[in-house]
Amino acid sequence: MSQQQITGEERYKSGVIPYKKMGYWEPDYQPKETDVIALFRITPQEGVDPEEAAAAVAGESSTATWTVVWTDRLTACELYRAKAYRVDPVPNTGPGTKVDKQYFAYIAYDLDLFEPGSIANLTASIIGNVFGFKAVKGLRLEDMRIPVAYLKTFQGPATGVVVERERLDKFGRPLLGATTKPKLGLSGRNYGRVVYEALKGGLDFVKDDENINSQPFMHWRDRFLYCMEAVNRASAATGEVKGHYLNVTAGTMDEMIERAEFAKALGSVIIMIDLVIGYTAIQTMAKWARKNDMILHLHRAGNSTYSRQKNHGMNFRVICKWMRMAGVDHIHAGTVVGKLEGDPLMIKGFYDTLLQTYNEKSLEHGLFFDQDWASLNKVMPVASGGIHAGQMHQLLTYLGEDVVLQFGGGTIGHPMGIQAGATANRVALEAMVQARNEGVDIWNEGPKVLDKAAKWCQPLQMALETWKDITFNYASTDTPDFVPTPETTV
Amino acid sequence: MRLTQGQFSFLPDLSDDQIKAQIEYAVENGWAVNVEFTDDPHPRNTYWEMWDLPMFDLRDPAGALLEVNNCRKAYPNHYIRVTAFDNGRGWETPRMSFIVNRPKEEPGFRLNRQEVDGRAIRYTIHSYATDKPSGDRYE
Repeated sequence: MSQQQITGEERYKSGVIPYKKMGYWEPDYQPKETDVIALFRITPQEGVDPEEAAAAVAGESSTATWTVVWTDRLTACELYRAKAYRVDPVPNTGPGTKVDKQYFAYIAYDLDLFEPGSIANLTASIIGNVFGFKAVKGLRLEDMRIPVAYLKTFQGPATGVVVERERLDKFGRPLLGATTKPKLGLSGRNYGRVVYEALKGGLDFVKDDENINSQPFMHWRDRFLYCMEAVNRASAATGEVKGHYLNVTAGTMDEMIERAEFAKALGSVIIMIDLVIGYTAIQTMAKWARKNDMILHLHRAGNSTYSRQKNHGMNFRVICKWMRMAGVDHIHAGTVVGKLEGDPLMIKGFYDTLLQTYNEKSLEHGLFFDQDWASLNKVMPVASGGIHAGQMHQLLTYLGEDVVLQFGGGTIGHPMGIQAGATANRVALEAMVQARNEGVDIWNEGPKVLDKAAKWCQPLQMALETWKDITFNYASTDTPDFVPTPETTV
Repeated sequence: MRLTQGQFSFLPDLSDDQIKAQIEYAVENGWAVNVEFTDDPHPRNTYWEMWDLPMFDLRDPAGALLEVNNCRKAYPNHYIRVTAFDNGRGWETPRMSFIVNRPKEEPGFRLNRQEVDGRAIRYTIHSYATDKPSGDRYE
């Protein structure tokens, strides 16, 4: 390589020199235990050397500007410079394929570049200016290794899977939920009806949708009051702890806190926020939730605007990492069998990121680094979007038991009503967990397990008949197959 | 009503063989099985009475089933549950919990509403069984 790093006086002559030569490319660098490491997928512009592109990304996401500045010499600038230390070509890209040549660039950042306990500060560097940088055609943040030293400056999930289960008194099986439908237009009174029916029928949770906040057809206080009537009635009818994710998302932090306080005063076990409120708002609510014994559900509204395209943006697994640091207790993380977001291996990577205490590097699952979670609580993944009772064996096999399975249409769209839909899901779930624990090969024998339970459970039989051949060509998440038909029989 | 706490309350009551199979699953996972009973099934009554200490060194599931049945003989009309404790790092909590015995009649719960400020209500769930003193609650 002719482009050697320049040092000393030469390095600081006024003018423009390549990033590689400025000290942002160090192929011999050994990352420290305390370094933050980011892995970017880079598509360099035509004619741009991949190592120069990687160095440019390192520079622009840390100390560099486009030209040499003498004021660098007033600082320990070698320390603060991010270092691109490895560039690998991405398989199946470039000439002969349909995509431009891409490279994985590994970049290490010193811990002192970041403010303790601030996702906003971390992301302002890592996904700040650099994504608009002209030297690259596309840039995607694929994964990060967060050092234990930095993790220890974050609260982590307010409640976590272990304490959530203890509070709910629910062990050894996935939790069951549903999103109230139609999500817009119901009055508070009618909305609570759906909540009551679904919880009494056997679900653990019902959920507000991401865009239910406080609209003319239903202001937030009405929704909270009627939902808590439904939750408590269902709890008394079953002897179980039940919950409804009350979405406290609002236009200002003050309003969000006001709504959260009201949910607490009414005795709710759980509240909900949307990803679009931003990292600082999420961290604020996580601290509030820890302080107020509240489970915090996060709906990933908006993530697909930047996580879906492979060549630019960021991978959802990075969102999972940030959200575990930021401190949410639930996050939607894919279903495998429902619709889209489909790849089972990638979804497993997301789930492991949320649930394990230590992630081992596993390229097939998209995990590029070992990641010690430093005793941060586990986040409960949520699977929602076009799933139904007939897939219970697949869901349990793919997703395991630490997950909230949300059957929106699969509950509310049941031909015998919402309670029957909820019962069908709960019976299918319990029968499948029982069979799995007994050693039944549920992947192959699952349908038989369901048929057997359906012999004594008519709601399950109806659910299986109704959705037997559905192969998920749904247009959007949680869309019911049938028009919801709230019924009054109890 | 039917109390639906636990992993399997929506299924027909488990047979002894089915209970044994679940205990076997717990034992294979290295979890310690415990038998607990109560006559106060309030959803937030966390501490049911322990029939004995968790069986940390149990290898044979039949031994745990025996304890379930001993507890049933002593408290035929109480709620009895089996809980499996995981002492593994990152868990250190129950991993299973399922009801293996219930009273013949389950009176359930009354929802008390206290109307407070504005339209808000404070809710309290009251277990009918606890109107009687402990020991006299289920025939």
